[in-house]
Amino acid sequence: MTEFFTYVIQGIPYGCVFALVAVGLVLTYKTSGVFNLAFGAQAFVAAAVYYDVHVRHGWSRWPALAFVVLVLSPALGLLLDVAIFRHLRTASPIAKLVASLGLLVAVPQIVSIWLGQSSTFGVVGIWWDDNALYHFGKFVLDGRQMAIIVSTVVAVTLLGFLFRFAPIGLRMRAVVESPRMTELAGVDSDRVSAFSWMLSSLFAGLAGVLLAPLYASLASQNFSTLLIAAIAAAAFARLTSIPLALVGGLLLGITQALLSGYLPPASVIAQNLKPSLPFAALFLLLLFWPGLRSAVQNKDPLSGVDPPPSPPVAESRGEFLTKTTRVFGTVVVAGALLWLLTSATSYWIGIATTAVVLSVIFLSITVITGMAGQVSLCQATFAGVGAFSTAQIVKVFGLSVLPTLLIGAFVAAAVGALLAVPMLRLGGIFLSLGTLAFAVMFDTLLAPLGWVSGGAHPVRVPRPIGFVDDRSFLILCVVILVIASIFVIFIRRGTTGRFLHALRGSETASRSIGINPTRVRILAFAVSAGLAGLGGGLLAVQKNIATKEDFGYFLSLFFVVLVVTLMPSTVEGAINAGVGFALVPEVLKLVGVSVSWEFVLFGLGAITYARHPEGVLEFQKRKSLAAIEKRLPARWRGPGVDPTVLPAGSAD
Amino acid sequence: MALLDAVDVTKRFSGITALDAVSMRVDDGESVGLIGPNGAGKTTFFNCLLGLLRPESGSVTFAGRNLTRAPVYRRARAGLGRTFQRMELFAGMTVRDHLLVAERSRLGTGRFWKDVLNLAAPSADERARADATLELLALRDVADAPIEALSLGRGRLVEVGRALMTEPKLLLLDEPSSGLDAAETAALAATLRAVQAERGTAVLLVEHDVEFVRSFSDRLYVLDFGTLIATGPTAEVLGSDEVRRAYLGETV
Repeated sequence: MTEFFTYVIQGIPYGCVFALVAVGLVLTYKTSGVFNLAFGAQAFVAAAVYYDVHVRHGWSRWPALAFVVLVLSPALGLLLDVAIFRHLRTASPIAKLVASLGLLVAVPQIVSIWLGQSSTFGVVGIWWDDNALYHFGKFVLDGRQMAIIVSTVVAVTLLGFLFRFAPIGLRMRAVVESPRMTELAGVDSDRVSAFSWMLSSLFAGLAGVLLAPLYASLASQNFSTLLIAAIAAAAFARLTSIPLALVGGLLLGITQALLSGYLPPASVIAQNLKPSLPFAALFLLLLFWPGLRSAVQNKDPLSGVDPPPSPPVAESRGEFLTKTTRVFGTVVVAGALLWLLTSATSYWIGIATTAVVLSVIFLSITVITGMAGQVSLCQATFAGVGAFSTAQIVKVFGLSVLPTLLIGAFVAAAVGALLAVPMLRLGGIFLSLGTLAFAVMFDTLLAPLGWVSGGAHPVRVPRPIGFVDDRSFLILCVVILVIASIFVIFIRRGTTGRFLHALRGSETASRSIGINPTRVRILAFAVSAGLAGLGGGLLAVQKNIATKEDFGYFLSLFFVVLVVTLMPSTVEGAINAGVGFALVPEVLKLVGVSVSWEFVLFGLGAITYARHPEGVLEFQKRKSLAAIEKRLPARWRGPGVDPTVLPAGSAD
Repeated sequence: MALLDAVDVTKRFSGITALDAVSMRVDDGESVGLIGPNGAGKTTFFNCLLGLLRPESGSVTFAGRNLTRAPVYRRARAGLGRTFQRMELFAGMTVRDHLLVAERSRLGTGRFWKDVLNLAAPSADERARADATLELLALRDVADAPIEALSLGRGRLVEVGRALMTEPKLLLLDEPSSGLDAAETAALAATLRAVQAERGTAVLLVEHDVEFVRSFSDRLYVLDFGTLIATGPTAEVLGSDEVRRAYLGETV
């Protein structure tokens, strides 16, 4: 029994951190409808600044702590609200999620650039002595654990008082009940929203400072992984109940400690199972926790007054311009290919191949996000499934590489379809969270296993016969990309694409004319996963090796951010994203700045998604089209869109 | 045998009884009205019929099939079509494409391999049928316009057209006149009468505009606070004291 309680006690500190994060998540979700994936990034900012002022600049503990938790973190929360999320209040839940996803990608990189890569070791906690031991009967806690437990109790108690007795707390509770009624009652919801962002950011800061000393060094990965784990606790609270978020966090921490205590430490399963527990818990909660599914957001009743999306530039362009662009595009692409196939060095051929291969993977996002309107956060995992299957099948069965690439794509498609069946019952941001949980689970539980990735000895995979040298392999990849692009275009034009378009417009109406949404979307998931798997297989063949590092969950997040920022709805957008992925680091190297800026650029770019769901590139094209057409003689101009017509329904 | 036979449909929203044992029959080709004050449960009833909401008890039989537990798309395929009070159109699609999508859904000929081989373009037959419906609804001139370019009244006609493409046996119209002015409403009513005359589709109409209802429906049901308070031939029901009190707000 003592052993049991020892484990329980060990789990409580982690549970407290989970609880703090979960409470913060619930706070912002309840008051602004944003599921703040950037919460972990905010915690990381606090931890990094605390480290900087306390360890590097020698501030003493209390001023440093007060500055970070009470000044900097709320200020950051206020900045996020005023600069970004306040303007997204009427945006779709998906747009809000993508904005926070962009921050999750960008903010830690900004901090890392500021912090510098070296000497972030020796993180110090906020307790008088981190290593002091405190005995409570048979149980022992050290300074870090004491700090976590005491701070959590204080923070949560204060929050409870605030909600119960302070006027702003009362208003926040009112906003939770009904934001519109609160506005009608004369409460400024901007102020309430700003306050709740500051408050939740304060919780992020506290969690960050408390969490930092539990790890050997400051690394943003620890914080984002922790955030995703804590989503399980927030899901347990159905994203709405703060007390339940607390309980969920504690339960999560304790279960994790019990699991690591009782499972035989040496077994592979135990080693993989322990870190994946929160994600498994999240996955299962999303699927089976009653009330979560019914918590799926209501459509904004005022969405009818939103202006309609503009048609793609390609459709409103005049014939003259279309021809010019086409000729110009063909010349550029042909020139680039000619250069690559004749005089380019193998370094640049490698970069071009990466661009082409990544474009194939990004086509999968064109299908799932651009066509089906779902944000899937496990596309890199599907690519990994394709890569590992291809590599293992070639190794074990000795099949030739080219057909095996197809088999790998089919395996990925099957996994995608299987995942889609439970996920599609969720929809909206819960689908995104579920796919994220799946991605992290795959990373921690399956990817390290020998039969998946080869474990410590990654599987090697040869180039197909006839395409061994870099140039011919590039040609093969281009051919595959062209075929995959045509495949996607045909599907978009076909019944599947048109049904998906209808579902994007109105799921209710689509069902009412006999479209089975589940069937169409499972198909979209399978196609998307298959494309990702094909691209993943190609990536492994290009590198001659399939390693799990190439398909981690963070890449899934970055892929989505990248494609969504540029142009999510067209094949051209996927190819642009592939070129961007490969080329931007080279440009950054040329300019002489850190490659991390790529993440910052695209991460911050994703925030524009809410305003330009068609993508930044498409938006810029539209602006330049308008500018060019103004200078053209009238007979060369396109039909354009008459800005005077009103959208249907706007007369309400 | 009734086309639609809803028996004792009861729907509660966390303690509030929105529908209390509502029963309704509609026969083939019949034109029936459902009226009642705001919040009476008319749209809730439609949603229960179409399966967008699951009633706590009661049954829905349609064309001889028990559809009580069937998903929405199956009910649609069985011949239930509907329009929406708050319009549900497909943003970014042309008017004709709205109809073509519905046509493809009705035919059920969409196959993935056809998509992959680029064989899924609308056939001449499908286009002809869509054009016939556009003609019927006087929408030919905007066939290729994006849906966003249409006025509210014509947007409602697109909804009707989309529903008609599935060849419904019963068309549920949810307040088609809401947001329209008197002239637009009259035009809409005339078009709907023409549709009914040509296609012989049974119609269940939820409507506030009493003139519209009077001119369109043979028979009426009156819903108030989730219960049916009257039913019978249109003129008779509209003349009854109880209905006038509850719904028309007249003191008798």
